[in-house]
Amino acid sequence: MSLALHAEWTKMRTVASPLWLLLGTVAATVALGAGATSVVNCTANGCGGDTTKLSLMGVYLGQALVAILAVLIISGEYSSGMIRTTLTAVPRRATVFAAKAVTLTGVVAVAGTAAVLGSVLAGRLILPDLGDRALSLSDGPTLRAVFGTVLYLILIGLLSLGVATAVRDSATSIGVVLGLLYIVPIISQTISDPDWQRLLEKIAPMSAGLAIQVTTDLDSLPISPWAGLGVTAGWAAAALLAGGLLLRRRDA
Amino acid sequence: MTATMTPRPVGQRAGRDGFLQLVHAEWTKFRTVRSWVTGMAVTALLVVLVALLAGVSSDQKGSPPVPVGPGGEPVTDSYFLVHQPLAGDGSVTVSVSALESSIPKGPGDLRPGIVPWAKAGLIIKESTRQGSSYAAIMATGSHGVRMQDDYVNDTAGLPGQVSAESPRWLRLDRSGDTITGYASTDGTKWTKVGTAQVSGLGSTVQVGLFVASPPAVEGLGTAGSVSKAVFGDLRLQGGWTGGEWTGEQLGADSPTFAGYPDNGSGSFTQSGGRFTVTGAGDIAPAVRETLPTGGTLRDILTGTFAALITVIVVGALFITTEYRNNMIHLTLAASPRRSRVLVAKAIVLGAVTFVAGLAGAVLAVPLGERLARANGVYIFPVASSTELRVALGTAALLATASILALSVGTIFRHSAGAVTTVLVAIVLPYILTAIPFMPASVANWLAKVTPAAAFAVQQTLVRYDQVASHYTPYNGYYPLPPWAGFAVLAGYAVASLAVAAVLLNRRDA
Repeated sequence: MSLALHAEWTKMRTVASPLWLLLGTVAATVALGAGATSVVNCTANGCGGDTTKLSLMGVYLGQALVAILAVLIISGEYSSGMIRTTLTAVPRRATVFAAKAVTLTGVVAVAGTAAVLGSVLAGRLILPDLGDRALSLSDGPTLRAVFGTVLYLILIGLLSLGVATAVRDSATSIGVVLGLLYIVPIISQTISDPDWQRLLEKIAPMSAGLAIQVTTDLDSLPISPWAGLGVTAGWAAAALLAGGLLLRRRDA
Repeated sequence: MTATMTPRPVGQRAGRDGFLQLVHAEWTKFRTVRSWVTGMAVTALLVVLVALLAGVSSDQKGSPPVPVGPGGEPVTDSYFLVHQPLAGDGSVTVSVSALESSIPKGPGDLRPGIVPWAKAGLIIKESTRQGSSYAAIMATGSHGVRMQDDYVNDTAGLPGQVSAESPRWLRLDRSGDTITGYASTDGTKWTKVGTAQVSGLGSTVQVGLFVASPPAVEGLGTAGSVSKAVFGDLRLQGGWTGGEWTGEQLGADSPTFAGYPDNGSGSFTQSGGRFTVTGAGDIAPAVRETLPTGGTLRDILTGTFAALITVIVVGALFITTEYRNNMIHLTLAASPRRSRVLVAKAIVLGAVTFVAGLAGAVLAVPLGERLARANGVYIFPVASSTELRVALGTAALLATASILALSVGTIFRHSAGAVTTVLVAIVLPYILTAIPFMPASVANWLAKVTPAAAFAVQQTLVRYDQVASHYTPYNGYYPLPPWAGFAVLAGYAVASLAVAAVLLNRRDA
């Protein structure tokens, strides 16, 4: 396993695109978060909402780059034929798959932490001084939101890895992942029956998982923060399971 | 059998059919890849399926009917009216010496505030039936004296707010179907504000004093308001029957009526020649915020977002697959003028996507409308020309998005990056405009400069200057006219197609 891990890490660090995608994740997350916090109308009474969630809004964009990285890790091997070399070197496919997942988790954890901390810092600098309501990591819900957002990015990465392993083609995989993330919440808005709408928001990976960022008005959420992240984890687990099984059973 | 290939001498132009052959070659490539053809079929299917979902999932059976004005548009026809019948021609004059509004600042806490379109004045109405024809002259919260008729027409009169020190005298004259409104600051010197032709009034009409107070636009939402007006100097001329004044809240159960705030209710008191009338509601065309349960074509066509994924994936694959399996070498060897290859690809892809998108939209709109109506949902009415524009625009949006994906795919030569870039560029701004935090100015800016501007082709709602509301993309009001919004996306597509052509010519394949 450690050899396989080492091999995956070598692949990751010797190709230019993963580094750029990770840097892009940080930049995009911080930039969108900073942009969103700078346009919001704040008064002395606050900003009319949840400032933690607002400053972490950059993950809407950052997650897309994480998804590309995760998809390329596996579908890049399929398009270049590298997968045959990989599977010849490490014939136990579950090991290869696990090594990829672990490597991905590691790099996304690092980039995600940088992105999220950068976003909170940007939010602190941009939002007007709200006194004791300023963004602070010592605040329990904010810390939960920050830590949970890093976990969310990791889970999106693993979900994408699983989907890409099952689908193999990079364009189709990224289409499936982005559809799950972005389109399901949009379509849920057309459903005028509020019960159905809440149900969709409870089971869609993005709207459920990002419940972890909410620090105010928790009662109005369709799903509690950690349960929401659990739903995203369920999606990631299902995708990894499907991808892992297909990887074992199919010819490469 | 021997076949020799003779290279065409340098400088000799290809035959006239050279480009057509190129288009034909690209068409052959497209139609023989099963997953791409499937992708296009799925595109149409997604548009239709989401329309079905939107239609089936809504259940508003048994909700009260939406009042509809003489022009067929949904209206708000709910306010406090103090009226009596007028047979034949006649006139009515009144002075307004106060118009004060209150807005809730908390549960049960009403504070004085300004409601710009609070209305107090005279009205001549066909009957008290919801949506019937009328003409009215009124003092407003901060838009001066206005003359309005049949919900959508609005004419400005004397400016300024009313108060005890500066009252306004208002007069309406009825002569057949012609109603003329006058205003005055002293009750002797009159200025004509406007003349309205109101058809179908009948011989006996209801005439009276009314007070309306539409919800105040505050921050990100609206707050129901209530207004009180003081009238005096009431003078009647013509065919009055001499009956009593009847006060009532019109349209109390209408879905376009936001109701009274807590601690507020409609009433009128009469002492001597003085009438004090308190009312809420509005007499105006309905907008999205006054009729949030109403459906629009845009809601029915939400499947466009799902369809975007398939067209963008196919668009990117149409070129990146050539790079992946090295087909591009053959393609460019067969047609060394590389930009023409790109244009031929764009034409084939655009045409196929347009047809798929149009098929989806043309099926989805009537199906979704029928299902939604069967479930009691009110659909904002549109002219058939607008319906055609929405269907064509949706198809054009999808086609242009696929060409954008083709261009970005040519630039990146990697499908995952191309798909993500294009999809995020079109969909993320839309998601951001729907975030409640977003100030309207930012949402409108996003809907002007990003590729998401193209969703303006699906706009069917009309904005009215005389109705205060959040006219934001989220509510279905786009800052750009439909085809101008589409032109923004087309601009991005043309620009990236040009960049792609330059790069394709410069780089080794």
